[in-house]
Amino acid sequence: MHVPPDDAPAHQGIAPHRCGECCTTMRGVAARRNGVSVLEDIDLHLHCGELTAVIGENGAGKTTLVKCLLGEMPHSGEVHFLDAARRRKDSPVIGYVPQHNSFDKDAPVSVLDLFAASLSARPACLGVSAPVRQAALAGLQRTSAGQLIDRKVGSLSGGELQRVLLGLALTPVPNILVLDEPMSGVDHRGREQFYGLLSKLRREYDLAVLLVSHDLATLARFADRMVFLDRRIVCEGTPSQVLHDPRVREAFSLHSLS
Amino acid sequence: MMDSPLALWHRAVSSLPFEWAGYEFMRLALLAVLVISPLLGALGTVVVANRMAFFSEAIGHAAFTGIAIGVILGLDDPMWSMIGFALVLTLAIAWVRRRGALSSDTAIGLVMAFTVSLGIVILSRGGDFARYTNFLIGDMLAIAPRDVGWLAALGAVAAGLFLLFFNRLLLATMSPSLARSRGKYAGAAELVFACLLAVVVTCALPWIGILVINALLILPAAAARNLARNTAGFFGWSIAVALLAGIAGLIASFYASTATGATVVLAAMAVYLLTLLRRVVS
Repeated sequence: MHVPPDDAPAHQGIAPHRCGECCTTMRGVAARRNGVSVLEDIDLHLHCGELTAVIGENGAGKTTLVKCLLGEMPHSGEVHFLDAARRRKDSPVIGYVPQHNSFDKDAPVSVLDLFAASLSARPACLGVSAPVRQAALAGLQRTSAGQLIDRKVGSLSGGELQRVLLGLALTPVPNILVLDEPMSGVDHRGREQFYGLLSKLRREYDLAVLLVSHDLATLARFADRMVFLDRRIVCEGTPSQVLHDPRVREAFSLHSLS
Repeated sequence: MMDSPLALWHRAVSSLPFEWAGYEFMRLALLAVLVISPLLGALGTVVVANRMAFFSEAIGHAAFTGIAIGVILGLDDPMWSMIGFALVLTLAIAWVRRRGALSSDTAIGLVMAFTVSLGIVILSRGGDFARYTNFLIGDMLAIAPRDVGWLAALGAVAAGLFLLFFNRLLLATMSPSLARSRGKYAGAAELVFACLLAVVVTCALPWIGILVINALLILPAAAARNLARNTAGFFGWSIAVALLAGIAGLIASFYASTATGATVVLAAMAVYLLTLLRRVVS
């Protein structure tokens, strides 16, 4: 099937290794829940090496957008992925870092078990093989979380858990990395560290990153592109463009700031 | 003539220097315990982790209606109608949950009240309900060699399916979206597991009892949770506790002349309390 070339990216990122060729495209995506439209007319391009932040009020459809991308939510319109050779891939490798830890504190699941269940066909209840342990360790070391490998998931702090989940999302290195409010419930310092790490990894692995967050101030520094969502895309551009848009300032009560 | 495995089993156990080992029904019951306990212990880990305890309770209680349907259809053995009805009910509950029309505990509660009442109404017509009280408390000592064979075959199939779907169930417990992003379709795995659970619980019911079977599913896993630090430990401890409680309960029920299923549950409860104590102390 012929796929027309994509438009040039609206905002040229500064990532040194960017190939700029691979791209995830959502075109005319719309979704309904219980007969009510929750997402309309979404056209979005996610380029590799670029961190795209999605902001919006509660109920604006941010998580729905993520679910459409993951294929978890029935939707109309197209979602497709082009690799560096501009071949179309129907099932890109998606790295996903979930919204918040609804994890059971008492669940007897170790960090290694999470990796084993994701990477290996062997049931995690029968133990983990040495190669899988190696792969898990390598993944965790990407996010400086190697020492957490045998910890119970429920015993991790919010920041530790998100580093583990980010390491998991990067094993194997994905085509797109999707993070849904990864830092809710994490303190300011933890957030700064996490976004710094994310920004570094994005360049290192030339990742297309979609990040849903409320953290406007931090995002302004780390995002390449920002999208303001309110059921449809209200405006998009560089963080400074979007954060100066009157509709965004209104929604987030930014009048008193800046 | 070659001895059958069953004959070898009887010979081996009867050589033990215990009074109970001299009875054929006890040797068969022990074999059944060795099949059922680890199976329930293994499935229980997912039941506890996925908060399905109320669901499995409802499936057990739905056996009333399963038996009633068997009686209406004139079946000699109501087991088939029990299994069939348990599966229909599992699919119905899954459908209601997916629709999101009711919260899951409300939906299960409604369905359980309905199926228990319907079953009791049909079975008690003409004041004949006493015939079915066996199902309430179970009768492990009445198990026949053929039944043990069936249970073993079911156990092998169930264990295979369980292990096949284990990883995606584990991820889905943590986060359905995470499971989905790894290409592991949680919904299908959960439905397969729920059906598997329904069949295993229903097949074990006549021997353990409707009223107590759910405890055998959740107590070993709850105890294992107090001891384990990872998934393999959780799984291993749960099976070990189930086996220990099963064997101890069976033998205790022999000497105390009590119903086996309930005695096994008390043994499992004792182990659970010990693990709780250990957890509180440490």
